[in-house]
Amino acid sequence: MLYREAGDFKTSYQADSQTFPIAFDRWRYWAVLVIAFCVVPFFVNAYWANAILVPFLIYAIAAIGLNILTGYCGQVSLGTGGFMAVGAYACYKLMTSFPDVSIVIHIILAGGITAAVGAAFGLPSLRIKGFYLAVATLAAQFFLVWMFNKVSWFYNYSASGQITAPERFVAGVAVTGPHTAPWAQYMICLVFLTVCALIARNLTRGTIGRSWMAIRDMDIAAEIIGVNPLKAKLTAFAVSSFFIGISGALFFAVYLGAVEVGEAFGIQKSFLVLFMIIIGGLGSLFGSFAGAAFLVLLPVALKVIGVDLLGWPTDLVAHLQLVIVGALIMFFLIKEPHGLAQLWRLAKEKLRLWPFPY
Amino acid sequence: MKMKTLAAMALAGSMTAGTAMADLVIPDLSYRTGPYAAGGVPFSDGYQDYFALLNARDGGIGGEAVRVIECETAYNTERGVECYEATKGEGALIYQPLSTGITYQLIPRTTADNIPLHTMGYGRTSAANGEVFNWVFNYPANYWDAASVAVNYLLDENGGSLDGKTIALVYHNSAYGKEPIRTLEELSAMHGFTLTQLAVDHPGQEQKSQWLQIRRERPDYVLMWGWGVMNQVAVQEAANIGFPMENFIGNWWAGAEHDVTPAGMAANGYKSLNMNPVIDYPVLAEIQSLVHDAGNAAGDGSHLGSVLYVRGMYAAMLAAEAIAKAQEIHGVADVTPAMVRDGMEALEITAARMTELGMEGIGPEFAVTCQNHGGTGQGLVQQWNASAGVWEPLTGFISPDTSVIAPLVAEDSAAFAAESGITPGCL
Amino acid sequence: MSADFLYGIEVVINGLMAGVLYALVALGFVLIFKASGIFNFAQGVMALFAALTLVGIMEGQVPFAHLINAVFGTNIHHFGWQVPAILAIFMTVLVMIAFAWAVQHFVFRHLVGQEPIILFMATIGLAYFLEGVGDLMWGSSIRTLALGLPQGGSIWVEEMTSGLGGDDFYGFFIDKLDMVATLVALVLVAGLVAFAQYTKQGRAMRAVADDHQAALSVGISLSYIWVLVWSLAGIVALVAGIMWGAKSGVQFSLSLIALKALPVLMLGGFTSIPGAIVGGMIIGVGEKLFEYTIGAPYLGGATENWFAYMLALVFLVFRPQGLFGERIIERV
Repeated sequence: MLYREAGDFKTSYQADSQTFPIAFDRWRYWAVLVIAFCVVPFFVNAYWANAILVPFLIYAIAAIGLNILTGYCGQVSLGTGGFMAVGAYACYKLMTSFPDVSIVIHIILAGGITAAVGAAFGLPSLRIKGFYLAVATLAAQFFLVWMFNKVSWFYNYSASGQITAPERFVAGVAVTGPHTAPWAQYMICLVFLTVCALIARNLTRGTIGRSWMAIRDMDIAAEIIGVNPLKAKLTAFAVSSFFIGISGALFFAVYLGAVEVGEAFGIQKSFLVLFMIIIGGLGSLFGSFAGAAFLVLLPVALKVIGVDLLGWPTDLVAHLQLVIVGALIMFFLIKEPHGLAQLWRLAKEKLRLWPFPY
Repeated sequence: MKMKTLAAMALAGSMTAGTAMADLVIPDLSYRTGPYAAGGVPFSDGYQDYFALLNARDGGIGGEAVRVIECETAYNTERGVECYEATKGEGALIYQPLSTGITYQLIPRTTADNIPLHTMGYGRTSAANGEVFNWVFNYPANYWDAASVAVNYLLDENGGSLDGKTIALVYHNSAYGKEPIRTLEELSAMHGFTLTQLAVDHPGQEQKSQWLQIRRERPDYVLMWGWGVMNQVAVQEAANIGFPMENFIGNWWAGAEHDVTPAGMAANGYKSLNMNPVIDYPVLAEIQSLVHDAGNAAGDGSHLGSVLYVRGMYAAMLAAEAIAKAQEIHGVADVTPAMVRDGMEALEITAARMTELGMEGIGPEFAVTCQNHGGTGQGLVQQWNASAGVWEPLTGFISPDTSVIAPLVAEDSAAFAAESGITPGCL
Repeated sequence: MSADFLYGIEVVINGLMAGVLYALVALGFVLIFKASGIFNFAQGVMALFAALTLVGIMEGQVPFAHLINAVFGTNIHHFGWQVPAILAIFMTVLVMIAFAWAVQHFVFRHLVGQEPIILFMATIGLAYFLEGVGDLMWGSSIRTLALGLPQGGSIWVEEMTSGLGGDDFYGFFIDKLDMVATLVALVLVAGLVAFAQYTKQGRAMRAVADDHQAALSVGISLSYIWVLVWSLAGIVALVAGIMWGAKSGVQFSLSLIALKALPVLMLGGFTSIPGAIVGGMIIGVGEKLFEYTIGAPYLGGATENWFAYMLALVFLVFRPQGLFGERIIERV
């Protein structure tokens, strides 16, 4: 009864195009924000921050970024790991070169640098399509990882090639380095995620988002109706890489604190983020969140259940985990090929009509 | 939403179940899956079996039972962090992640949380400087020691001079693989040999280019810093191009049974460094009878006595001795992580003690001090006997050239101290 | 002739052979993609699984031993017999066929008509699943593949060619295993092409590849054809697993060879069997020559991985459908 509008009585464009047309959704949205900003920080401990919340927030940013490119603009990319590495190394170089500038600015600049790199690697997308493009973006992935490994300028000539985040403060509170409080880690990621999500939401429903979707649905047709494919594709690559760069910077500076490029930003990362958006739902912001939550939580949950509750050997649990994750992915795709977001939409549709579905 | 609450409930359940007992808690961040499982499994088996032996034979350490918590990292840094956060609340006394990548994650974290970290023969080399890295220990030896030990061995083979020789380094193109380069460059300038560097990208299944280059350039010796599938392929390729195996020396992570068995007889004569010779230690028989026969073996029990199993057991012995030392210093049985750190810093391993433990000659004698967390850095050279299927120790413990390594350690640790704002000093 | 030039030729020859090894993996991708439009990410894991199964059967290992021991507290590992290689290969082929049937029956039958990216995602799920099953079934240690394949450089070739250059040329190095692999790959491709051209099933397969609807309407069972191509891909995976496993032992990393096959696919086209072989050779030669002439001397080495992709990328910019791929015709 709560979950419906009392009819279609919209009188302004604003009301018609708002993100949450149903009042209950709006309340829930504000409630989630209030809980995330005002309640969780007081309860979060090191385990929850480091094992679940911070990775979830960071992957959600990356998933939003990739979803813009793949879900909204239809360009499949497997270069996410490489672009995250660009963000991380850009952030590191900025942090160590300009220690007096705020880390927030560094992270945003790192996103900007990644956007430039992403747009450059997006150029082939004008010629290459589909899986050919997906494989072509792997060139970016392998080249960038190799470069960060090889050129010692990027890691300030340290002996092993690892980069370590020095301690930095926002408003007097440490947000990077070992002495960061869990809530501070959580908050900085949350703020970035919220801002990114707002930007993404507003971009995707504006002119530029519509031109992306036109390209996705049929690029030749889009070109005929006057969408410039060069502009649309390159902006999609740039905006997507901007978000991915920010997530890479946060991943390095706030979450792990020290990374090695091949291990942290290898091809596995590219696949992981792609899984997130496919499981979550292509072309849906909610899907980016759902997919990130699913793939961050599931392994931890399975581990906790298998090892801690059932007391099975860890290797057995790890193997079973692969089996279960694999089986779940296939099961979900068979049941709902359009991801968790579609399930959510269906549930909402049902709720809207409930209790009188006819 | 639902997933979150489920996980929360599951977590809450596990938390309450875990904290009831007051034992000596030793987390074992192992990897039994993923690309490096073949190395992770025997090490973890040895590590756990030794603590199981202590529990079965002595009732733990100083009368306090040991509880090992195994956590699977799959050699992945994120999983490693999750494991660390999940186990530290249980009162973890000492961490041994067996991964250079995870070590770099844990160095700042353990330092902030005041839990000692032992990285035995891996990890950050400059952690040997205990004044900068108060909570990190890498005794008995590190990568730079390994490079120097290998060169010293070759010096010895060549009557004290490597002038005009060429040595090729085949390395895993990662933080781990790049570690020895600096040291080898210093040593090449000092001893007049030419160093050729050959990088192999992860995972290292295709090394034809590198080995064709070796075949063209015919270096006198090849050193290898490899791990995982890279080792097996390199040994096979070296045999393929007919490189004399006795001139091919791996480091101590490229010298286990599974590195050479896939190549069969062709691997005969391949050498590697080791820090724990594989001989018939009496303690292995005790583990067999008290742990394996009792059905308490970690894993399937098939790795007993292999190179990495012995290394894991050695690591466990060093941890147990440090805990015993801590109990002695502080006079309590139920020690805290900070006390264990004191125990590690005062650790002294003597030949008599190793014999007493049934591990005569498993490692060099060494004493840890606040200034030196790295031990003596000694290592030995072993050779693979393919027909017998055993690694035979060729030499006794060889000392590294500390005059080369000490300045490098000082330099790197000073850089770290400056970068992270640490004032060097003892605790 | 100067030694540098001769060594360049040696690099080219070895590149060609490495390329054939890549092509072996790529073949499996092509088979499935051509017939069903599925980009099968699990091909690498299938190679691992097939090789693991082969070694497990040969050694008489009990499948799922670790799981059984953990659940029932037993302590079993081996049946205590050894199976001869030929029989074991035959049994592995049967396992792969059963696997193909299961994949079709439980997964892809339900996903007919979905978008390519969804199918791709399903194969990723399959890859996870199969990797876990492989580990559970046979354990995760490194196994030696004792098929008695020849290994090592051919001394005959070396001696025959050592006179070509001066003292600093030692003759060509050619790995015997690579020669065997090349031979096997050629036989395999010839066999597959003959199968596709001259048998009823092969013709049906090509019909399905051309047009699903039309094939259905002339009475070809799609699901039968798909089981067939998955079985063929499984057999190709077994061959690839044997060839790569002979080098490194059978272990987890075997599944990563898929990454070496992707540039080959791009270059050769996703839908062409000869394209896979030619693409493989171009990639093999290209990456090895680049490493020899530029990568190792000037860039610090280890350039092969990314260079293969860059090379394929450059090719694609000029021919977006790959070298032998079907022309992409787009209509509004």
